Amino acid sequence: MKRTWGVRIWRWSIIAVVGAYLLVPLYAMFDFSTKPFGFQDKGRTFRAWQIIPSQQDLMISIARSLITAGIVMSLILFLIVPTAIWVHLKLPLLRRPFELLCLLPLAIPAIVIVVGIAPLYRWISIHLTESPITLSGVYSMLILPYTYRSLSAALDAVDIHTLAEAARTLGANTSRVIFGIIMPTIKTGIVNGSFIAIALVMGEFTISNILNYKTFQVVIAQIGRTNGNVAVAVSLASILFVLVLLLAIPTKKRRSAVLDVDLV
Amino acid sequence: MTQLQYKGTGSATGRTGSRYWRSKSAYLGVIPFLIVSGLFLLYPTWNVASGAFQDNYGKFSTSVLKQVFNSPVARHAFANSLEISIKTAIAGAIMGGLFAWAIVNGKRDGYFYRFSVALSSVLAQFGGVMLTFAFLATFGFNGLVANFALKVAPNSFLAESSWLYGMLGLSVLYTFFQIPLMVLVFLPTLENLKPQWREASDALGGKAWEYWLRIGIPILTPSFAGAALLLFVNSFSAYATAQTLINLTDFLTPLEIATALTSETGGSNPAEAKSLSFFMVVVVIIAMTLYALLRRRVSRWEQRR
Repeated sequence: MKRTWGVRIWRWSIIAVVGAYLLVPLYAMFDFSTKPFGFQDKGRTFRAWQIIPSQQDLMISIARSLITAGIVMSLILFLIVPTAIWVHLKLPLLRRPFELLCLLPLAIPAIVIVVGIAPLYRWISIHLTESPITLSGVYSMLILPYTYRSLSAALDAVDIHTLAEAARTLGANTSRVIFGIIMPTIKTGIVNGSFIAIALVMGEFTISNILNYKTFQVVIAQIGRTNGNVAVAVSLASILFVLVLLLAIPTKKRRSAVLDVDLV
Repeated sequence: MTQLQYKGTGSATGRTGSRYWRSKSAYLGVIPFLIVSGLFLLYPTWNVASGAFQDNYGKFSTSVLKQVFNSPVARHAFANSLEISIKTAIAGAIMGGLFAWAIVNGKRDGYFYRFSVALSSVLAQFGGVMLTFAFLATFGFNGLVANFALKVAPNSFLAESSWLYGMLGLSVLYTFFQIPLMVLVFLPTLENLKPQWREASDALGGKAWEYWLRIGIPILTPSFAGAALLLFVNSFSAYATAQTLINLTDFLTPLEIATALTSETGGSNPAEAKSLSFFMVVVVIIAMTLYALLRRRVSRWEQRR
């Protein structure tokens, strides 16, 4: 389609306005983080960026959140995905209930889940452990709709019944069918799901803040109260990090990571 | 996926697996998942749903529910929540929709396309603490735009940052993450618009505005409305941004819930938190049901990936 001048003007003015909306705050973060702090600084300084690694709390919380993300990913990999395949293959009657269960977190905002789950985590922190890593349980549930979405799209695209029966006639056992045959064929869907898992765990604030766990976001908020420049620098750094990561992944593979939930 | 795919016989279809695959013991396979989801999803859901109809001592009563329903503070917070969600859903849907159109009109898989999609994926998740920092750095005291406004137009509202801490400021922040979410949700729809429709319209002598008025907008309306509903739910349930920007405990329902749950001064009141949550969930379920109905209309023409 050839583009007329009218279309071009429209397009660029939209890009200019929305682009400014999205990019000016990001630039302002950079501007803010390089503002002089302390009396010895004159003019611009990168000291806020330089002292990021020396923030003990922050580093611990990043490590913890990464561990949590790892646990969430393994829950997806070894619990949710196999169950989804299992239901698809063997329990057609459970398909609808399973789907409804997976989509349930959409109807229940995180702030509501935290109300319901507070007693459970109180029990866990008294009787088991106070580690924030236990949050991976509720995180893996929060992420269910997205995991389910990318999974069911992938499972629908591949005829897993034929695959499974072919594998069984050739002598594969059930775990080999699921982990060795079907999961590799829906790799893209799983990768997408895992990627969202990292994003969710690193960005989660509501639940951890109310339950008093020191996750990445909670610690950033704390630092922000005492040391604005550093907090802003960390925030910007993490945004840029994720952005670069996303740009490095080929576009095609990321397509179905788009939040597009079908309740039909 | 069309329904047709499931119709048919033989072992390779969804409905009818071979006898081999069917046995009662297969149901055991879902038990681990049931345990985890039971603990972390069904239990809290049940806890809130049943707790809304109990008082703080666990006895059945609708008194807390009624009390919350009639409380002016709760009503005010609820109205604020609805107002900001509707406003930012509409603003975000329009700006994000236009931006998605601008992206689709560019070179597919070009640099601009890839950068915009990646940026949207990042910023859609960017609510909360970091978003607050970004806007404090922009419009807050000594912020980039605030300082600029001080020099250029000292009397404008931008020069002093008090507007940021109210409804207007919060709306501006919410819209910031609504736009990229809209881009992500709406982009596939726009990409699936068939170029043949435009060609047919052009061939029959239709002008650009006629195409949009008669074909484009009518066919996009269900998707657009559906996406706007998603945005509505998104900002209706948002907590982190409001919590970090303003410390008014009763400004929005999520803030009120958090206060009722954790209040250090007045003692916590879980029954109130559950009743408030109950009303929130009712609104979200209504919105999501409408969304599901709209999606059904959409999938008639939109080929799913």
